[in-house]
Amino acid sequence: MADVASSARGDLKLLNITKTYGDFNAVNDLTLTIPEGSFFALLGPSGCGKTTTLRMIAGLEEPTHGTISLGSTEITHTKPYQRPINTVFQNYALFPHLSIFENIAFGLRRRGIKDVDDQVNKALALVELPHLAQRKPTQLSGGQQQRIALARAIVNRPALLLLDEPLGALDLKLRRQMQIELKWIQKEVGLTFVHVTHDQEEAMTMADTIAVMNEGEIEQMGSPAELYDNPKTAFVANFLGQSNLIKGTITGNDGDKLVAEVFGQKISLPKNRSHATDNSIFAGIRPEKFRISRLETATSGNVLSGGKIEDVSYIGVSTQYQVVMPWGQELMVFEQNDDGVAPFSVGESVNISWEPIFTFGLRGDEDAEAGTEVNPDEEPDSE
Amino acid sequence: MKKVRTPYLLLLPGMGFLLIFFIIPIFNLAQTSTQTALGGGDTGQYKQTFRFANYVDAFVENREQFARSFVYAIIATALALLIAYPLAYAIAFKGGRLKNVMLVLVVAPFFTSFLLRTIAWKQILGEEGFVVPPLRALGIISQSTTLTSSSIAVVAGMTYNFLPFMTLPLYASIDRIDPRTLEASGDLYANGFTTFRKVTLPLSMPGVVAGTLLTFIPAAGDYVNAAILGSPQTKMLGNVIESRYFRIVDYPTAAALSFTLMAAILILVTIYVRRAGTEELV
Repeated sequence: MADVASSARGDLKLLNITKTYGDFNAVNDLTLTIPEGSFFALLGPSGCGKTTTLRMIAGLEEPTHGTISLGSTEITHTKPYQRPINTVFQNYALFPHLSIFENIAFGLRRRGIKDVDDQVNKALALVELPHLAQRKPTQLSGGQQQRIALARAIVNRPALLLLDEPLGALDLKLRRQMQIELKWIQKEVGLTFVHVTHDQEEAMTMADTIAVMNEGEIEQMGSPAELYDNPKTAFVANFLGQSNLIKGTITGNDGDKLVAEVFGQKISLPKNRSHATDNSIFAGIRPEKFRISRLETATSGNVLSGGKIEDVSYIGVSTQYQVVMPWGQELMVFEQNDDGVAPFSVGESVNISWEPIFTFGLRGDEDAEAGTEVNPDEEPDSE
Repeated sequence: MKKVRTPYLLLLPGMGFLLIFFIIPIFNLAQTSTQTALGGGDTGQYKQTFRFANYVDAFVENREQFARSFVYAIIATALALLIAYPLAYAIAFKGGRLKNVMLVLVVAPFFTSFLLRTIAWKQILGEEGFVVPPLRALGIISQSTTLTSSSIAVVAGMTYNFLPFMTLPLYASIDRIDPRTLEASGDLYANGFTTFRKVTLPLSMPGVVAGTLLTFIPAAGDYVNAAILGSPQTKMLGNVIESRYFRIVDYPTAAALSFTLMAAILILVTIYVRRAGTEELV
């Protein structure tokens, strides 16, 4: 194992990667750099090509075109067992005939490492399951198996750790707990983590950088805050959280702001958050940025009047309103229950206002529904 | 109360069948094995004398055939395993939509009679078949060598006839292996051969054990292949038992040989299953 590939370290670079099955492009001309030591998430709906991308990095699939390199070493066609990359598989894929100890020791033994016992015990301690060393995988709960799968990969100190929907099979509470633990473990061991998921909340909780994938391409890449506050496409705006997209026309400039007209009312938005290419624009506002006010209350910033409360759902920390506007569109508004104002009731006439700085602009010719039809709680994809 | 009784009621038909057609005959056989001839030129008439020396006599007289039975059975089992493993592996992992068609093809020979299939091998390995002339032309076997009436023919026939019994259990256990565990093995620095040795083979051990038993046990007691494809020099214990029963009408020797064969198979199988450690694998 003294060959070049297995000792490669550094940033992972995908260059013009394409993967074709028959005439279907699973991954289309993907170029991507994942910096060493980062926690990187590939986020997208089923069939967007994220798992295929991960499998190509692992060496389980070969790209049709393009190159993959780790640091200065190209590994495009290197066999999986020659790559310093380990994977936490979707359903863990623990070896059912081996004890937990031997499962974790598997990679170390294959590489002829000397102090197997010591390293396995350290890995077991890291995932807080040292007492399970002699059990068989089937005797463990889903959450325990997940940790063992993680320990089995981490113990090899790979240049890159791949996680394929690692928390998909766990229940919600356990998933939350593991999200925090995974993040902690990543900091602790300082390895590069590449995490594939269809769960936007999971990606945002853990990753430093998220690449949102759709139909084999990267829609947008950035920190969770960047993607949430300044999405470039309707798909990202809808897939990462919820968005209200209101159709309008750009009518002028006001310093570093654009002025737009939406259904006869004027609003403004920051120029650097507009991705419109011509006068046609979708003004995007996140539901929690909206404020609802009764008609007699004074408002500032952008105001849209003529709304009518159509639906109210009280969910404790906040209340969710559906407000139908004069042009027929329903807007989603989340109000924190912290201002002592009596909640609005169905049928009330209201104004909607928000700070112009919270507005983002998308191209007016986009499909406003892109990315919404995807249910984030659906079964993990098995591309 | 009713619930407690149901399982026993379900067991009844099977137990009854075994009692009438297995337990009672076995006792009869045991009785016969220690009888001695009445004498007086009355062939086929025996009386119970508890002569356990029958066993020693029978064994000593036929130890050559005895040894041959086991050697042939072991070779045929090993060959069947070598042929069936890649076959079962290919069907399980690469069969795709054709899996079921391939499985039907594996059992397809069963649609023809066992005897007919064995006789067909006589043709295949015969002087005019498509095996001997090319081998002779290539000088692999000499002009005077024949393949019929040889131990090669007997072992080949046995391997062929028991192949499905090896393939099906192997397939069943290989098919149960999650292909992702094989990917995980590759991911954890094991090359193809190591993955086979450390993951695929151990996980398919229940199939290997079941397949080898289903092949070895009937092969060790087989007499059809030796009778049709062999010669007097390739006689197996099954042939001896057959001729003692039906030609010489020496029931005690035939019965004693049957018991010795059964005991030998049981002992071998027990040692084998212990060593293969199947209880850990299930």
